Amino acid sequence: MAKNKENIRNFSIIAHIDHGKSTLADRLLELTDSVAKRDMTSQLLDDMDLERERGITIKAHAVKLDYKADDGEIYELNLIDTPGHVDFNYEVSRSLAACEGAVLIIDASQGIEAQTLANTYLALDHDLELVPVINKIDLPAADPERVAAEVEDVIGLDCSVAPRVSAKTGENVHQVLERIVADVPPPEAEDNAPLRALIFDSVYDNYKGVIVYVRVVEGTLKAGEMMKMMATGAEFNVVEVGYMRATGLEPCDVLSAGEVGYITASIKTVRDAKVGDTVTKTQWAAEEALPGYRKVNPMVFCGVYPADGADYEALRDALEKLQLNDASLTYEPETSGALGFGFRCGFLGLLHLEIIQERLEREYNLDLVTTVPSVVYKIHLRDGSIVEVDNPTHYPDVAEIEFSEEPVTNAHIYSPPDYVGAIMDLCQDRRGVFKDMTYISKDRVDIHYELPLNEIIYDFFDVLKSRTRGYASFDYEISEYRRSSLVKLDVLLNGDIIDALSFIIHTDKAMARARRIAERLKENIPRQMFEIPIQIAIGSKVIARETVKAMRKDVLAKCYGGDITRKKKLLEKQKEGKKRMRQFGSVEVPQEAFMAVLKLEEN
Amino acid sequence: MRGLYIHIPFCKSKCSYCNFYSFVPDNNQRDSYLNAVLSCIEKWSEKNLSFDTVYFGGGTPSFFGGERIAAILKKSRACFEISPKAQITVECNPSSVDEKLFRELSSAGVNRISMGMQSSVSKERKALSRFSEKEEIETAVKLAKENGISDISIDLMLGIPFQTTESLNESLDFLFSLNITHVSAYMLKIEEGTPLSENTNAFVFPDEDSVCDMYLHTISRLSEKGFFQYEISNFSKPGFESRHNLKYWLCEEYLGIGPSAHSFLFGKRFFYKNNFQSFLSGEEPVFDEEGGSEEEYIMLRLRLNRGLSQKDFKKRFQKSFSPGMISLAKDFSEKGFMSFDGETMKLTSEGFLISNYIISKLIEE
Repeated sequence: MAKNKENIRNFSIIAHIDHGKSTLADRLLELTDSVAKRDMTSQLLDDMDLERERGITIKAHAVKLDYKADDGEIYELNLIDTPGHVDFNYEVSRSLAACEGAVLIIDASQGIEAQTLANTYLALDHDLELVPVINKIDLPAADPERVAAEVEDVIGLDCSVAPRVSAKTGENVHQVLERIVADVPPPEAEDNAPLRALIFDSVYDNYKGVIVYVRVVEGTLKAGEMMKMMATGAEFNVVEVGYMRATGLEPCDVLSAGEVGYITASIKTVRDAKVGDTVTKTQWAAEEALPGYRKVNPMVFCGVYPADGADYEALRDALEKLQLNDASLTYEPETSGALGFGFRCGFLGLLHLEIIQERLEREYNLDLVTTVPSVVYKIHLRDGSIVEVDNPTHYPDVAEIEFSEEPVTNAHIYSPPDYVGAIMDLCQDRRGVFKDMTYISKDRVDIHYELPLNEIIYDFFDVLKSRTRGYASFDYEISEYRRSSLVKLDVLLNGDIIDALSFIIHTDKAMARARRIAERLKENIPRQMFEIPIQIAIGSKVIARETVKAMRKDVLAKCYGGDITRKKKLLEKQKEGKKRMRQFGSVEVPQEAFMAVLKLEEN
Repeated sequence: MRGLYIHIPFCKSKCSYCNFYSFVPDNNQRDSYLNAVLSCIEKWSEKNLSFDTVYFGGGTPSFFGGERIAAILKKSRACFEISPKAQITVECNPSSVDEKLFRELSSAGVNRISMGMQSSVSKERKALSRFSEKEEIETAVKLAKENGISDISIDLMLGIPFQTTESLNESLDFLFSLNITHVSAYMLKIEEGTPLSENTNAFVFPDEDSVCDMYLHTISRLSEKGFFQYEISNFSKPGFESRHNLKYWLCEEYLGIGPSAHSFLFGKRFFYKNNFQSFLSGEEPVFDEEGGSEEEYIMLRLRLNRGLSQKDFKKRFQKSFSPGMISLAKDFSEKGFMSFDGETMKLTSEGFLISNYIISKLIEE
């Protein structure tokens, strides 16, 4: 069974969002005849609807391609796709750790972007051989030579032989395969050793249980053997091993060192097959796990409630199902006076939050209300203890607090120089601390700021995009917790605190935000039979106030003859509208009012 | 007994706020329409219907001409049973009436006129693109009376451009000077698609609070002069209610003839499409839905000052008010929007102003 490991190439494709990663992957599949042309739907690797729509890859996937190279030899190419967003950096790093090389795609019109660099650094951290590819040469604005020069300058990669391709039309894509064969080294792999296989992804399948995607670093694994997860200690009897093909799973007898493949073992939850963990065998176990495993902690939390209380069970089932496939999603039951029964959910970042929310609404047909996202604050109490607060409801009494800390990120924004002023204004406004600014080329600047995480979790990226007409890109990583001056704002309607609207904010921003929220609520709460005071308070001190005047007029002056049916329908519509309202004490608040407060975009 | 409605889809010119189905006819459209109405009446004759109210609405029936209206009435009497005491109303525009018209109407049996004035203040009328002069209104009323039609209703509008409480008083005083029997006072609703809705920036409208105050003011001034409110927007001297319109609010039946005319007959609601040509070609009406549901009944009865009584409700639906409805009614009563003595629910003037809200709450229960 001695396979020729010299002919194995394990590689990833890395790129900034929209630089054409999935399209190139599709072309590689076609060129290696891994999938018949007629079966190709565009972007085959992104098989979740949402991914295809958003054009981003959320979960990593892998596929094995057989390629007959120009030298006449057959090569086994293992393409490990990586998620393309900062929220999933850890997953990216595990996928990269499973490879010896990476294809780095750069858009021939846009050049280097934030995630181009972020991913390049990640790849270099893993000692990967980089294969630069300049894509989208079919675009009218394409300038491959300028971009090649930029890559040589900024990254220091020789681009003289870098393929200039159009993944869309297929032009020159063949060269990419040749470069992979020539430049990416084969794995250094020893079959005769205790098994160590790196889990770079796992997905739940209704029939097989969890399918664990691994890169075998050393040793071999067969069906029937007992395997063990080194981080969790869980043991399983291997049911099946095999390769991922573009068209489905292909069982094999044995997975050996250097190969990429899958394992099934009747594993019930992805939590038992965590990304980054090392698989070994119970008999002849490895002494040491592969480096780099880390428990992923959610960074952003929010309350998720069914709009209709009757959907609570359905929401719980849906979260349970999503969690089967997403070890980084956390949830626990939470009760809100305002919203009833729901869940406190934890996410890797805002995109992750949005994806989950959208999947719940779309795939599970749930109508949701979510509360303001919060980061995890560390509150140091006078008694010397530290509490971690991700829910404003649990914010301790002010009198007990010695001081508070909030997470701060290292953020890099890449943009044409024209927008530097606008970007710096935005960062300054978001309590950013300027670190430095580097011209990576004459029309590309890297602006480095320290930004508090709570300033970027709701709308930072949207605002950045709009202020730079979409030209800026953005990347961040959490750097540390830092002492900060925080307060909790409460929203009171008709004198009652609406717990779901409370949030934690920096003292300097409290006043402006409070006013804005009060205004927004006033605009969005319809007049009711009595006057409704809206108050925003810190503790017992009201810092902003608005009033929704009592409703005086809501009448059909003219009602006869013909349109009785129509008038009745009008009233029924009004009745329907009321159903979408939430009753808080005596006040009815439409869902839109919540949304308006949550999405306080700037004007 | 049922009511008969005849829609006349013609106007001399379109008013800026109006969204009823009407247009400016060319030469022979009026005659071809007359024939279509006559044959439509003929079609219905086999149902042996009897009516005690007839109402010509529009559009501008006065612009259709007295002879044609007389012809329709004659045909109706031949095909239906029209009660000798029937209230027969014709809507008139002061700009399209003369002595001859009233003579013809009167001799055809018309005994009630409803006239659009909207305001006695010229600037306000013009903003609504109503071009008749105040004096023409006076003359029209006088002519109607001289020809034996003394049951006269005048339309007044609240919340129109430039209107203030002072100018409203002027309109009310003018109205009182006409010595009439009935007033309809509507708060202007800017309907989508009307010229006014596309032109709201051209005018200064009174704000919502002022309109509410005008409404309350109108109710009290009318009542001082002996016009009692019997519906949200309708007032009359005792015994001079619009019996035809009352049928709508009492959830009784009626037949409507003409494009866009709706009917409630044999328990069903249906209507003729608002398409002139398809009416001329004799197209059948379109079924809308079963009529007379509880919700409809509650919605309509609460528009009336006499309100919604437990007794009538029980008689019609063989059941009492739901506990939810009763507790809501009590709640609204405490807040001054309703009176409820355990038997009858009646909205107060403040209640009328937010009747959509109240009714939609009640029918939810």
